[in-house]
Amino acid sequence: MPDLKKFLPPIPDSLKLQPRRAGTNPEPETALDNAQEAGKHAAGWIDERLQLSGAVRWALFRKVPRHDWTYTLGFSVMFAFLSQAVTGVFLATAYDPSTTNAYESIRQMTNEAFLGQFLRGMHRWGSTVMVILVFLHMAQTFFYGAYKYPRELNWVIGVVLLVLTMAMSFTGYLLPFDQRSYWATIVGVNINGTGPIVGPYLSDFLRAGPEFGATTLSRFYAIHMLLVPGAIGAMVGAHLWLVMRLGTTSPPWNKPRKKADA
Amino acid sequence: MNRAEKEEYLREYGQLKAEGEPFFPYSVAKDSIIAVVVMAIIITMSIVLGAELGPKADPTSTTYVPRPEWYFFFLFELLRIIKPPELVPLATIGVPTIGLILLFLLPFYDRGAERHPLRRPVATTAGIMVIFAMGYLTYMGAAAGSPNEIEMKAPSTLTGVALVEWEKGKTVVGQSGCLACHKIGENGNDGPGPQLTHVASKLPAQAIAQTLRNPTSPMPSFKNLEEQSPEKFRAMVSFLGQLN
Ligand code: HEM
Repeated sequence: MPDLKKFLPPIPDSLKLQPRRAGTNPEPETALDNAQEAGKHAAGWIDERLQLSGAVRWALFRKVPRHDWTYTLGFSVMFAFLSQAVTGVFLATAYDPSTTNAYESIRQMTNEAFLGQFLRGMHRWGSTVMVILVFLHMAQTFFYGAYKYPRELNWVIGVVLLVLTMAMSFTGYLLPFDQRSYWATIVGVNINGTGPIVGPYLSDFLRAGPEFGATTLSRFYAIHMLLVPGAIGAMVGAHLWLVMRLGTTSPPWNKPRKKADA
Repeated sequence: MNRAEKEEYLREYGQLKAEGEPFFPYSVAKDSIIAVVVMAIIITMSIVLGAELGPKADPTSTTYVPRPEWYFFFLFELLRIIKPPELVPLATIGVPTIGLILLFLLPFYDRGAERHPLRRPVATTAGIMVIFAMGYLTYMGAAAGSPNEIEMKAPSTLTGVALVEWEKGKTVVGQSGCLACHKIGENGNDGPGPQLTHVASKLPAQAIAQTLRNPTSPMPSFKNLEEQSPEKFRAMVSFLGQLN
């Protein structure tokens, strides 16, 4: 059976399970003993099949260069994204993406549903926080030169994530279907349409046709809650995989304490 | 970076890594603290700022504020300050597209081995300037006047009553939300409706009044306005009728 200890954080001595004294109770006897064993057995059973404990141990206990607090920005973005995903799922349970009912469903949620306004606020301000954090994270990796060899691809994936994050914000803005969101979106889509080559096609795709119509809202909703989040999930996966493979950078002013002898 | 520089980097990085800390708990602890902070900020903003909901979307409406999220302000502002029509596509898509391509390709044209920001003066200066430019544009976008305002000077030939009528018409046209679909002078959106900067040279005032009463969809009709406050309607027509 794999050793459970390798999953565990270092436990203070006072909290450690006392080892049984030699010669006493070689087999679990009381219900408590059995309960203690059950967890280990379940984890062992699962790991015997998934064989993940090695990867988990590697991911958790691999060494990373000492760094400063700006290195938490990447994770903060991911955390904000997760928060958006969770609050978004809750909003989706009450939202009706039809031109006739969208506004009413949001109004009800805001004014009548339990904690509805709070939930909307979390999603709305969460998006602002996420956008700010993405820009800060990008600035950090830029000024620290983290986009250089061998992390070029991670930067490129990052720019894709930046675009996707902005796309989330743009498509989400229409959904409450109030005056602001409606008119701002019309203007935004028209601006898109003036772009070179793909501009007009992009506008048609967004509107679901040449005119802003009844299906536009469902189109935006599908993009906002399926297409783009799926893409973000996949891209974040690739981003993090590369971060783990290559390791996070060291702040450029830190030098090794002893010179590499090679 | 040439081969020797790459190897040197990897060697030094390996050394720094070996002298580093285990991801758990070193990074995990910091990340967890930050996660709590982020959550606290979002919750506080939600409680303090709430979630507003304006009036229901009305495609025929005449008063609206086509304001995007504030972090798109810099794009909108770019659009506002680049005025000549032949440069507009450049502003709307050109500058953002070029900026994005430069961003994508950054690691492929900036390949120097140096990573310290103070020893990369060009990159660091460029980065700071971009931040300032975006900050400035965002600020300008936020401070920009109401989108229902027309900034146009009356023709100098107008005086007295005619001038008052012209100014009144300008205000009414602005308030009526025409700028949502029409460009008038330097304000308003170019489309879906035609530019009105020089309507009077294409349509006589009579025809303009007729269009206001019986417009083609999606433009709203101003028949009600004519019935309820004929003087406003007249002012509108007289303003538009003098846009040569
Ligand atoms: C949804 C958006 C994003 C998420 C969730 C995300 C997440 C992360 C995380 C968790 C890390 C590792 C920890 C750290 O160094 O901060 C990281 C590293 C990195 N990210 Fe992102 N990121 C996002 C967007 C971006 C963007 C927009 C860029 C740049 C254009 C970018 C470029 C990088 C680079 C170059 C690294 C390596 C940093 C290093 O090794 O020091 N990421 N990202």
